[in-house]
Amino acid sequence: MSTTTDHPVEQVGGATAKYVDQRLGSNKFLGRNLGKVFPDHWSFMLGEIALYSFIVVLLTGTFLTFFYNPSMVEVVYNGSYVPLKGVQMSEAYASSLNISFEVRGGLLIRQMHHWSALIFVAAMAVHMFRVFFTGAFRKPREFNWLVGVGLTALALGAGFTGYSLPDDLLSGTGLQIIRGILQSIPLVGTWAAFLVFGGEFPGTDIIPRLYAAHILLIPGIILALITVHLMMVWTQKHTQFPGPGRTNTNVVGYPLLPVYMAKAGGFFFIVFGIIALIGGLVTVNPIWIFGPYTPDQVSAGTQPDWYIGWLDGALRLMPNWESVIAGFTISWNVLIPSVVIPGILFTGLALYPFLEAWATGDKREHNLLERPRNAPVRTGIGVAAIVFYGILWIGGGNDVIAAAFSLSFNVLSWALRIGLIILPPIAFLITKRICLGLQRKDREKLLHGYESGRVLRLPHGEFIEVHQPLNYKELAVISAKDDLPVLPAPVKVDADGVRNPNYRVDQLRHKLSSFFLRDNIERPTDAEIEAGQAHAAHSAALEAPLHDYEELDQDPVGHGGVLHHPGMPMTNQEQVDQKQ
Amino acid sequence: MKFISARRRNPFVAVLLLVAALGAVGITFSAVSNIQPAQASLGTQTQVEDGKKLYLEGCSSCHGLDAQGSMNGPTLIGVGAAAVHFQVSTGRMPLAAPGAQATAKEPIYDVEEVAAMSAYIASLAPGPAIPTSEDLDYSNADVAEGGVLFRINCAQCHQAAGQGGALTQGKYAPNLMQATPQEIYEAMVTGPQSMPVFSNETLPIKDKQAVTAYIMALQEAPSPGGLSLGRLGPVAEGLFMWVAVFAAFIGAAVWIGIKAR
Repeated sequence: MSTTTDHPVEQVGGATAKYVDQRLGSNKFLGRNLGKVFPDHWSFMLGEIALYSFIVVLLTGTFLTFFYNPSMVEVVYNGSYVPLKGVQMSEAYASSLNISFEVRGGLLIRQMHHWSALIFVAAMAVHMFRVFFTGAFRKPREFNWLVGVGLTALALGAGFTGYSLPDDLLSGTGLQIIRGILQSIPLVGTWAAFLVFGGEFPGTDIIPRLYAAHILLIPGIILALITVHLMMVWTQKHTQFPGPGRTNTNVVGYPLLPVYMAKAGGFFFIVFGIIALIGGLVTVNPIWIFGPYTPDQVSAGTQPDWYIGWLDGALRLMPNWESVIAGFTISWNVLIPSVVIPGILFTGLALYPFLEAWATGDKREHNLLERPRNAPVRTGIGVAAIVFYGILWIGGGNDVIAAAFSLSFNVLSWALRIGLIILPPIAFLITKRICLGLQRKDREKLLHGYESGRVLRLPHGEFIEVHQPLNYKELAVISAKDDLPVLPAPVKVDADGVRNPNYRVDQLRHKLSSFFLRDNIERPTDAEIEAGQAHAAHSAALEAPLHDYEELDQDPVGHGGVLHHPGMPMTNQEQVDQKQ
Repeated sequence: MKFISARRRNPFVAVLLLVAALGAVGITFSAVSNIQPAQASLGTQTQVEDGKKLYLEGCSSCHGLDAQGSMNGPTLIGVGAAAVHFQVSTGRMPLAAPGAQATAKEPIYDVEEVAAMSAYIASLAPGPAIPTSEDLDYSNADVAEGGVLFRINCAQCHQAAGQGGALTQGKYAPNLMQATPQEIYEAMVTGPQSMPVFSNETLPIKDKQAVTAYIMALQEAPSPGGLSLGRLGPVAEGLFMWVAVFAAFIGAAVWIGIKAR
């Protein structure tokens, strides 16, 4: 009897845990996993926002399926929204209006669904930034990065298919663009468009097909990939930022039960609550205003949701190039922005961990995150990519922005075209310089402590600035910097006269490695750091004699060199010693 | 017949015949031709004279002393009273500064002055008249039909919700949320700036009333979904999501992430 009640799970879960364990044998599993330790940092919760908003998407989406009718059969609207009464529209649009105006709570759920979808993709993007800029994708987590890239692509697909379902003027215009993109694919374009739309545009097939993809296919794959994603985090353990006591082989943090159960559970309700709040208070996609889709109508200011905006922007900024090859028109103006650019971007995103590891020759396991400044080239590439994306994104709203700020649409578009080419490299250089500057500062701190800002005049007249030793937390964070050497330049023919068969590849790799690492500011050795900190402590200790000047203590303000308030019993050095 | 034969060589006969012929042609012409001067906009003689004075002071430097146009402005002969009323009463004319297009602003002339200037321009040549209150009465119009017409004819520039949109080279289709039925009608019949003319042959008055009714419905429409975000569509929604909502999430994450001490 005592053997079973001793189990820690039963101490928490009591009789229920025992009851369940006798049937499932779950206590051993729970006991092992509920105590699992996770590191603590606010940025580790960005992925949670994505997960929770996805749960909201699933719940609200299920509700919407009860009332939505994915049919393109034309009906005459006879609902309660007067400005559309008697207008011909598809059943899809009519049922979306019905959800908005007739179904109790329908508009709230529709708006929550749409807002949480927008938030889902945004949270994934920001989570990806965190993973990228801290180097969390490095060995052994490359596969999980790939799963994440796949999830991002699927999220865009889920969003776009959903955007198209209400069959209002905006979504139909979006589908028209999709058809144009399909048609731009050389050789098979026309047939691909027919295949997808089941004939001429818009036809009657596309909405039911998108519906199947939107509610079954894509969410099913997303759910499966999320499971894989989380299982990998579980088995590989979460990465952690450098800090006191944190190494590449441990995890410092709190146990899942009770700390993270409470934190994550609470955060879920915060996310759910905020989504419900804006779903009730702020309009999203007022389909009744846009009207039903017919191919002969289009509205000014037609945009996709934010996450497709960059693709729309690429399409808008692309010059109007076309060529005819052997009687076939190749629409570069559509093909490049909507097939080639996203193709390159997603491929680059997926391959980045492998490219960086190959270029730097880094084959080590990394469970400790890298501070963005300590990988200046990676950080620079990330910022350049964000700038590139951001300009395309602005391009997607160029007409709305031009109208809102009274700018010339043409001038804005040209500025964005030029900016798209010249700004990312500039962003790269500036970011890299900032990172290197921060690295120098870190080195300075390790070698000399931090500048206290207090200038001291020594008895023989010399002025010095007092340096203070770093506290143990900062010391642990900064000294975790981890340097890699540039890969050596290969020799074409070795000492024995044998030609290196991989010379060209090795040479390329040497150059890439040099690009990544050559400007790195070397971390001082442990001995140098120790000496530097000791020196700073010594410098701080120099303040001590000042306390002997009693008269200065009467007026602590307004005298150069007055360092302490009256009555402070300790010298600085004593305080430092006591803190440590 | 002796009377005529005896006098047919008389030198006055030619003059008499000429007068008779000219008179016949004139009477026939006036009977056949159906030019109806736009009575509603012609105004009184005083109005025309006042309007001319105002025109010479405020408009002639660009549109010419006889409204014949110049390098700086188009001719106003034949634009009609409706064009004058639309441009001047919305403050677009006189132009504040040369630019991509005239911007609506606080009007400079009062109602009577606008009426006088309209009368003067209408007196130069016939053109679209200021609509009567009967023309503008949209109370029996079909709002839904107006919505369809609006989406076909207007939404591509003025945006589906009438919020306006950008055109090329800094020109724009203005927001319609402050437009009055008279301005809407006058804009349709005169085609100000980049806007095409929707004459009564293209878009009958009944359809104009339906479009007006729809725009008025848009102006008055409540926002059932809550805060409307300017009805600008996904750009405004995305901005709101990133700036307001995501900031709240990050704030919450930081708050939760702060170590318990």
